[in-house]
Amino acid sequence: MSWPWRERGYELVVGLEVHAELRTRTKLFCGCANAFGAAPNTNVCPVCLGLPGSLPVLNARAVEIAIDVGAALGARVQSSQFHRKNYFYPDVPKNYQISQYDVPICAGGAVVLESGRTIRIERAHLEEDTGKLVHVGGGGRIDSAASTFIDYNRAGVPLLEIVSAPDLRDPDEVRAYVSELRAVLVAVGATDGRMEEGSLRVDANVSVRPYGSSELRTRVELKNLNSLRSLHRAIVAEAMRHVALYEAGEAPVQQTRHWDEERGSTAALRDKEEAEDYRYFPEPDLAPLAIDPAALEAARARVQPLLPSTRRARLGDAAVSTDVRDTAISDVLWPYTRAALDAGLPPTLIARRVANEVAQLVGTVGSCEPERVVAVLRLEAEGALVPQQVRELLREVWLRPAPVESLIAAVGGDRSAAQETAAAIAERLVEEYPTEWQRFVDGDTKVAGFLVGQLVRRAAGSVPGQLARATLDALRASELSSREDGPPRGGDG
Amino acid sequence: MTPEALLELGVREVAEGVRSRTLRAREVLEAYVAQLEIEEPDVHSFLALDVDGARARADELDRRVSRGEDPGPLCGVPVAVKDNIVTRGFATTAGSRILEGWRPPYDATVVERLLGAGAVLVGKTNLDEFAMGSSTEHSAFGPTRNPHDLDRVPGGSSGGSAAAVAARFVAAALGSDTGGSIRQPAALCGVVGVKPTYGSVSRYGLIAFASSLDQIGPLAATVEDAAVLLEVVSGHDPRDATSATRPALAVCATLDDGVRGLRVGVVRDLVAMATPEVASAVDEAARELERRGAHVREVAVPEVRAALAAYYVIAPAEASSNLARFDGVRYGLRVGAPTTEALMVATRSQGFGEEVKRRIMLGTYALSAGYRSALYVQAQRVRTWLGRGFARAWAEADVLLAPTSPSSAFRLGERSHDPVAMYRSDVCTVPSNLVGEPAVSVPWGFDRERLPIGVQVLAPAWQEARMLAVAAALEQGAPR
Ligand SMILES: [Zn+2]
Repeated sequence: MSWPWRERGYELVVGLEVHAELRTRTKLFCGCANAFGAAPNTNVCPVCLGLPGSLPVLNARAVEIAIDVGAALGARVQSSQFHRKNYFYPDVPKNYQISQYDVPICAGGAVVLESGRTIRIERAHLEEDTGKLVHVGGGGRIDSAASTFIDYNRAGVPLLEIVSAPDLRDPDEVRAYVSELRAVLVAVGATDGRMEEGSLRVDANVSVRPYGSSELRTRVELKNLNSLRSLHRAIVAEAMRHVALYEAGEAPVQQTRHWDEERGSTAALRDKEEAEDYRYFPEPDLAPLAIDPAALEAARARVQPLLPSTRRARLGDAAVSTDVRDTAISDVLWPYTRAALDAGLPPTLIARRVANEVAQLVGTVGSCEPERVVAVLRLEAEGALVPQQVRELLREVWLRPAPVESLIAAVGGDRSAAQETAAAIAERLVEEYPTEWQRFVDGDTKVAGFLVGQLVRRAAGSVPGQLARATLDALRASELSSREDGPPRGGDG
Repeated sequence: MTPEALLELGVREVAEGVRSRTLRAREVLEAYVAQLEIEEPDVHSFLALDVDGARARADELDRRVSRGEDPGPLCGVPVAVKDNIVTRGFATTAGSRILEGWRPPYDATVVERLLGAGAVLVGKTNLDEFAMGSSTEHSAFGPTRNPHDLDRVPGGSSGGSAAAVAARFVAAALGSDTGGSIRQPAALCGVVGVKPTYGSVSRYGLIAFASSLDQIGPLAATVEDAAVLLEVVSGHDPRDATSATRPALAVCATLDDGVRGLRVGVVRDLVAMATPEVASAVDEAARELERRGAHVREVAVPEVRAALAAYYVIAPAEASSNLARFDGVRYGLRVGAPTTEALMVATRSQGFGEEVKRRIMLGTYALSAGYRSALYVQAQRVRTWLGRGFARAWAEADVLLAPTSPSSAFRLGERSHDPVAMYRSDVCTVPSNLVGEPAVSVPWGFDRERLPIGVQVLAPAWQEARMLAVAAALEQGAPR
């Protein structure tokens, strides 16, 4: 695809900061529930409200998750230190955020896109989330609102901030990166990855440069990107704003800008002169965080099979589209795909059935014992069922608890019945097409397709192609053997 | 028993008396309350008193004992807690207007432990605002006066706790020590004050001044009383990540072990900073330990001379962050203003006193871009270097001896307009906070003006038992 900045001689440079809310039972530094959607200020305690005298205690599960993510991204998982990031804002209960600064828990690593491009990860660090401000009246902004309510339920929820290098070069690649990173995070159980609920939040650092140059020009941080769509649109709009500035002989200033979905444009959030000095210093309430090398090794072994890249590789050269493949390896469907792969069934058939019929049944009915699905797919692979029967049998398998074998008859997939039908039709074909039959018996493979097609059509879907061929082959074999056993033609007399 | 005799009893004697029903908790309390009602108006050691609550509590303890229960090793002991330690449902101000009216929804771990051991909480004691000071003159609610001379300061910042113990308003009290805030007022009021090893007593519920330095500890009339309290409040607390995973300190059983054979080092670099009278008190104390069989020698720890400067960078830096939460948004004082930012500015401008603002500015500066490495980072280097100095000293000595305060109690107002002179009051005490090691101040006689002098015993981390045995020996040999 050609992008408008390309036509004007510019290249896009994007790096992303992805904040993932970690799926822990409790918050990062206290025992309050980490839950979405509770009544305001009900999941709070002295610690996450930052009451005087309260102290943070690190959630060990959040650390485990961060280690898993580090292992999944191929990062250097290291002993780290929490710091205080000091700034005054009413959604920050202590007016400092406990975060990580110069020694994050994960350093380096990469996400490999399906295109084969490698996007480097600079770091991933743990930090606590802030509360939520709700402005009432005055256009919903903090300084003009008639009143502002603060909900601290989210304050202290564990976040992992994953910062990419400025390696992304076009909006489609940005989207692919977010999808892949999200898939990795979901696969290792780090987050539920719901952008619309804010459990995955993306800020984009955007700049442009003359095409072919390797410089990094002034970047702008874009916030309020609540969906993949707004991420895409915001980057396009911001890139063109930069191009227009450069073409006018001006330059963008380094700042944070807010994406306005309705207007389709970005607006400055803070000015440069208000640039914050966060006065980072080591959090004295928490000891440095050591990483147990054995735990890290265990994490590496644990996450490897869960990764989308690993799953994709297991599907091998299945002849299916990217969408079908990604659906078949998604978290919900992976148990079916994996069970079928373990059973040695063909990857193409597995990917198609899982991404279509199985996905639809899981979405509408619920989950099912993967072995039952494998049993159906095995029948299809053996040629015992026609596609229509496979679809019906899968539905039966989901809706009725009976053993798979006993459900086959209900879809007309009873093997002996199908065999009888096939045999009867084959007898008729021998009579109706004696010339073709004789050529088939004599070994002319070109005519086989014609006879199989005839048989399948006459059976009206009750005989799969493989059974038709098998029936014809069996009849030919018996005719050949009866020739050998019968009286010799001509002879010595 | 007469009220006067009751006030002479040690903590252990009170608790044993109440537990064995030879004393009633209520009767002990009334003796202290009578003393308090006479002298507290002059001394002003409390910010909040709950005499009615204490009476109800004492009666309840007496009932529990008569039912055959054992409320614990502090049964019926009237205590006070410094007002930067939170108490559930009971006003806690940290000596600041900005927290006026705030009632914490939870108890500090040390308060839970005191109450769990049967103590009777009488009230919350005065302090320099947010524990920032050495005289208790920086309290937003008026100064505390020294019971030995009402024109003099009790020291600080735990001046209220020290004065309350010295005046026998309570049997013992808790303070907090960031740079000497337990030991210096203990010295100036003639009582015992212990700053235990960092991590030995939970900070959960202590309103933080400088988190890496703060430690709660007891102030009491005798070493033994302090030791009993220390055993009750120390020990691991899962709510404080800096609390060591160790059991409670065991210090009482070894108090009478004596000092025979111990190597005692006199820290000449600290003695040199004291007035002649205080310096000679330290020398006398050293001779007393020698008479009791210790090997006394001088030990050089020249690093201590840099400690005060490092302290006055690190402590304000941490404080500037710890005190950021007081902004009028969630609790305490709120000064209304048209915008959120203006509200925060107005609340903090009116809610904080001058000394607190000074330290917030010092600390903010020390952490700011461009100054951080020259100030904060450099101070941390000094801290590490100081630790090496002490490690060297511990190779030569089992305990160290030093002055607690360079001088005896000064007059109210004498240093309150000269911050640097006030900061120098901490010069002998801050080293132990910076290295996280324990120290105790124990009374050693009086100066010419009949003002108490304290000497300080320092020990390696977790050697409180040895340190308090030395303190007990000094207590026995001290001039009266
Ligand atoms: Zn909480």
